[in-house]
Amino acid sequence: MNFPILSSVTFLPLIGALFIFLTQNDADEKNRGAIYVSLFTSFFNLFIALFLWYSFDNNTSDFQFVEEITWISGLIKYKFGIDGISILFIILTAFITPICIISCINSVKTRLKEFLIALLVLETFMIGVFCSLDLVVFYLFFEAGLIPMFLIIGIWGGPRKVYSAFKFFLFTLLGSVLMLVAIIAIYWTTGTTDVTQIYEIKIPEEHQYLLWLAFFSSFAVKLPMWPVHTWLPDAHVEAPTPGSVVLAAILLKMAGYGFLRFSVGMFPNASEYFTPLIFALSVIAVIYTSLVALMQDDMKKLIAYSSVAHMGFVTMGIFTFNTQGIEGSIYQMISHGLISAALFLSVGVLYDRTNSRLIKSYGGLVHIIPKYSLLFMIFALAALGLPGTSGFIGEFLVLVGTFKVNFLVAIVASIGVILAAAYILWLYKRVVFGKLDNIQLKKIKDINFSEGFNLITLSLMVLFFGFYPEPILETIKVSVDNLISNYNFDVGRKITLK
Amino acid sequence: MPFLKFLIPELLLSISTFALLLIGVFIKNSFEIVYRLSIILIMLILLIILTSDIENTKIFNDSFTIDNFSIYSKILILLSSFFILLISKQYISDTKNNKFEYPIIILLSVLGMFIMVSSNDLILFYLGLELQSLGLYVLASIDRDNIKSSEAGLKYFILSALASGLLLYGCSLLYGFSGSTNFEEISRNTGNFNIGTIFGMVFVLVGLAFKVSAVPFHMWTPDVYQGAPTSVTAFFSVVPKVAGIVVLIKFMYLPFRGILDQWQYILVFMSIASMILGSVAAMAQTNIKRLMAYSSIGHIGYAIAGIAAGTENGFQSTIVYISIYIAMNLGAFGCIFLMRRGGKYIEEIEELSGSSKNHPLMSLSLLIILFSLAGIPPLAGFFAKFYIFMAVIESEMYTLAIIGLVSTVLSAFYYIRIVKVMYFDSPKKPFEKFKNLKIYGSILISCVFLVSFFLYPSIFNQIISNIVVN
Repeated sequence: MNFPILSSVTFLPLIGALFIFLTQNDADEKNRGAIYVSLFTSFFNLFIALFLWYSFDNNTSDFQFVEEITWISGLIKYKFGIDGISILFIILTAFITPICIISCINSVKTRLKEFLIALLVLETFMIGVFCSLDLVVFYLFFEAGLIPMFLIIGIWGGPRKVYSAFKFFLFTLLGSVLMLVAIIAIYWTTGTTDVTQIYEIKIPEEHQYLLWLAFFSSFAVKLPMWPVHTWLPDAHVEAPTPGSVVLAAILLKMAGYGFLRFSVGMFPNASEYFTPLIFALSVIAVIYTSLVALMQDDMKKLIAYSSVAHMGFVTMGIFTFNTQGIEGSIYQMISHGLISAALFLSVGVLYDRTNSRLIKSYGGLVHIIPKYSLLFMIFALAALGLPGTSGFIGEFLVLVGTFKVNFLVAIVASIGVILAAAYILWLYKRVVFGKLDNIQLKKIKDINFSEGFNLITLSLMVLFFGFYPEPILETIKVSVDNLISNYNFDVGRKITLK
Repeated sequence: MPFLKFLIPELLLSISTFALLLIGVFIKNSFEIVYRLSIILIMLILLIILTSDIENTKIFNDSFTIDNFSIYSKILILLSSFFILLISKQYISDTKNNKFEYPIIILLSVLGMFIMVSSNDLILFYLGLELQSLGLYVLASIDRDNIKSSEAGLKYFILSALASGLLLYGCSLLYGFSGSTNFEEISRNTGNFNIGTIFGMVFVLVGLAFKVSAVPFHMWTPDVYQGAPTSVTAFFSVVPKVAGIVVLIKFMYLPFRGILDQWQYILVFMSIASMILGSVAAMAQTNIKRLMAYSSIGHIGYAIAGIAAGTENGFQSTIVYISIYIAMNLGAFGCIFLMRRGGKYIEEIEELSGSSKNHPLMSLSLLIILFSLAGIPPLAGFFAKFYIFMAVIESEMYTLAIIGLVSTVLSAFYYIRIVKVMYFDSPKKPFEKFKNLKIYGSILISCVFLVSFFLYPSIFNQIISNIVVN
């Protein structure tokens, strides 16, 4: 057996967390030791993830780096493996985590050590979700992430943290338990929970519909889709900046990934059957939450609602079942991971200085902190999907894919793009331009080194992938084609790939 | 008498219990010595059981069985009594309950449970059950000067005596209609549908449901748990539950196997009712012991769900569940024993407020235990529920599975409410620090077990798959 590289990339952060737990007894709020250990761990993990990408074979849709050992004897195998879709999410996770850790230096004022432990444990669970090829193992990681995130919101959150943490926890748990029923039911119908085997055995069509709905209930809450999105704005608003970043950049993507890997992969007939439902919910999410975002006076809440709208494009793209749509939605997820992370970090920069997230307490920032204003502008434009930023490519591909399938849905969703421009530009105008009314703001300083490092790195990524999408598209291409051809084969259509 | 060698644990237990009683009477202030000797005795018996070759044997006219199943449950009973005695020592001394009878009564209860889990005959079973119950009545009211403790003991005695009466009536019906008190004989004679045996079965079921506190026979639980001294509550919440569930499994799978379709839905109802009531009623509790009472009602609901599945996987999953439940409850009570301020033990959940600042390790342990009780992966509590629902869905009882899983969400609410109090609220006065390695050690063992269980989750399955009831 080869070196278990996927298990290493998954469990390395956990070892880092354990190391911090055992060695760093310093309760001091400026616990440099803990920061250094966690930075080292997460950067090393990023390095392994990039090495994984380097040694990844783009030309096959088979699962690579597969690890398989018996876990629960006679029942379940611990099985890891990645294809072109999951590797990108692993890299995204490994990339976002160090950024969160750096932002902790400014944003987390109490119990830094515990925060870093929670963050590293969370990283393990998130990477585990994208690696696992067994339904039970997947469920384990998917649910386990609730514990650290619940603590992150609840301990380091804002004034309404208890309400938000509970809402987050109970909503997601309630969504997920039905998935557990479905997983066990799959075990008893097919005799295995190994995803690759289920792809081959194929679940009988009459069972697919209920199973699909059970998985859907979990992913819809996690994504989140309208009308079960209400936990997200609360959670985002109350969570500390690094928490919001992880939540928006990675946790939401677990559901999108789940749709691709499990719903479409295992239940093709049901996926086809429920496509109108997904389209309807996606379009409502795009239009309705964009309108809601327009009316927000809290910056974090505005970005949270914009996340729901952006994830609406993701689900819409997945369920077009054509190359452009699915590639677009994966691209959209990656790019939203970068952009929303950057936007939350930008809000965090302001919040750390003034303790206010309200739009009306800002204005005229460009006069005082020009560097910040410039970076914020890049991310704002990326969020509305300006060509030249990564946001554009994702939305464009999704809309192209949707036009091929359903003209009406595509038209309505395009209106969402305009609304996105409206709320983002209006936000930017009210915060950065205008007259400087609030005297408090005159004293604030421009971004410091660590904030600059984070924001500049993210902006470079956003621009790079905006101009040159090839690395991502090339990685996912074969896997997406395989997914679509399997899907088409299963629903009995002629295979049309262009 | 060759059969005596199978009885060594029981004989040793009864003889040395009476020896201890003599020691207690003739030596002044003998709590300390009796307590130590009891712990040594428990370890000794554990050792004897672990080293003896297990043969499936029936003695005394087939009324007493020694098989893997009874051995395993005896090990569970001994282990949990051992840890309970270990962690409750300090509490017993602090609350002036250090009477020498205390460990002796616990030992007698354990003896009763030994007989219960080994019995293969209605009469022997009833004797064992009454022996353990009598011990429990005394234990509940051991804090004689405390009106709440006396009330708990009295309440438990009256209600439990009623349940025992019903159970005995059921036993006599069974005897009358099947012509035998032996489990196998009854099983042979109940194959053909017979209204009398079904009546008997229902009465027996009611009695057993009372003993394990399944809804709708749970009324005594919260009051007794709250009123009794915490050390007794800890014992109540773990050890009799093991014996009760084991006997329930035995009854359902031995004498009543043939009438599965008759009892299955009774158990499904009890399971659903316990799960829902356990989680809904616990939400409003402010006393941690009362909360643990409702929590144990809920957990018994899950355990019964496994039995209700009516398959081999079903009762195996119940045994796994109850084993993991013991580890979680022992840890939880270990943490409750640490809540002491100014020499007084505290039971209000509010008093834990902000304890994560003052007692980071204790709070972390309780956090792990609570998430495990709530059944959140990757902790052991998740696997316990996972196996139960594997069995339930195998029997295609989807409604039971869905209600059960939804009530885990409800129960998660009150578990994470304690986490909220510990971690999100502002700190209050710290608890007393005390150096008690026994408690810390037990909590540590519990937490390490719960956290590392996912590394090898089939550990119990492999032990239990050897267990064959028939």
